[in-house]
Amino acid sequence: MAMQVELVSPEKKLASMEAEVVGLPGSDGDFAAMPGHVPTATSLRPGVVTIKSGSETTEYLVAGGFAEITAESVSILAEYAAIRSEATRDMFDSVRAAAQAKVDSTEGMRKAEAERDLGEIDGLMKDLSA
Amino acid sequence: MPSLKDLKNRIESVKSTRKITKAMQMVAAAKLRRAQESAEAARPYAERMTGVLSNIAVSAKHNDDAPTLLKGTGSEERHLLVVCTSERGLCGGFNSSIVKLAKEHIANLKSDGKKPTLLCVGKKGREQLKRDYEDLFIDPIIFEGVKRITYGEAEQVADVVLKSFDAEEYDVVTLFYAEFKSVISQVPTALQLVPASIPEVEGDAAAATQYEYEPDENALLADLLPKNVTTQIFRALLENAASEQGARMSAMDNATRNAGEMVDKLSIQYNRSRQAAITSELIEIISGAEAL
Repeated sequence: MAMQVELVSPEKKLASMEAEVVGLPGSDGDFAAMPGHVPTATSLRPGVVTIKSGSETTEYLVAGGFAEITAESVSILAEYAAIRSEATRDMFDSVRAAAQAKVDSTEGMRKAEAERDLGEIDGLMKDLSA
Repeated sequence: MPSLKDLKNRIESVKSTRKITKAMQMVAAAKLRRAQESAEAARPYAERMTGVLSNIAVSAKHNDDAPTLLKGTGSEERHLLVVCTSERGLCGGFNSSIVKLAKEHIANLKSDGKKPTLLCVGKKGREQLKRDYEDLFIDPIIFEGVKRITYGEAEQVADVVLKSFDAEEYDVVTLFYAEFKSVISQVPTALQLVPASIPEVEGDAAAATQYEYEPDENALLADLLPKNVTTQIFRALLENAASEQGARMSAMDNATRNAGEMVDKLSIQYNRSRQAAITSELIEIISGAEAL
């Protein structure tokens, strides 16, 4: 059993495929969506979306956005998105800028969460430069 | 009667004009294709966005604490009109038709006693509106030198709109742009951005999918509605870019044809007067010879 996954950014459609598991950085925590998931609408943190289709796993870098999940489909609307292995420095910079903006605009517990996200993104950036 | 030399110069100048318009037409055709491609690439996002939003909005609309971006401020007094036009001229009636629609709107608002304000995006619209409505202007946004419209440009416009709306300066925001139908037809359109005009979901609300919301419904809407504004502006800018090139292409096609006709007409006139000159010269020679 598989579900239809679509990953779109404002400028283009990045992915449209069948997949078994989709890992999402939801605003209330990371989670994975599988076929038969309860219909859910969630906003996304800046982070990594993982789409697992058969033996292939593709990772996409997203700078926040929004996901709509139904039993047989997942639509991800990301503000900026790129395949992680192909991401460039600029891409990381814009994701980081989005995370930074979130840190600046929120407060309290949300701010702590946003700061942790920023830390995670910095970690991802190190991967890139290594 | 212009002299032969005048005619010749005239023909040459029309010919070079024809070359320029022909080149502009071809450039516009190439740019149009690119503009159309990016407009099409942006469509899935906008469609999904509207779909998701209309699903959530159906239940939230009757909610008292729904965000003002969705249900409005409760009054309709102060209007912000965002008029998107091009940066360059020579594109037929493209800019004028958008400006005309905006002007009608302003006139209507004024006669109803409402208070309109103008945000011009693009140089050409600002120039045309300046004479009548300069007192209604706020700082315009000019994208001079921007080769390709990206989401970043749309964010720039949305930023101004959302900030002023958050500051409760306006009640209604309307976006003006030209929708691209085909190369020969661009339809000037007014789209209400705030309060969001969201198409009703087909069937009754109960039939719509019941979603789990994460975080809660209102937080999600508060997140989503500004994004929707940006997306709509982005779509309008892309439509505008395609429309501009389409309008320029057909305008330049007309100009090239007219120049061709003019060259033909002038060539005939040139040949006739050349012949007349030769004839009269011959007559002079013959009558001169006869007189001897």
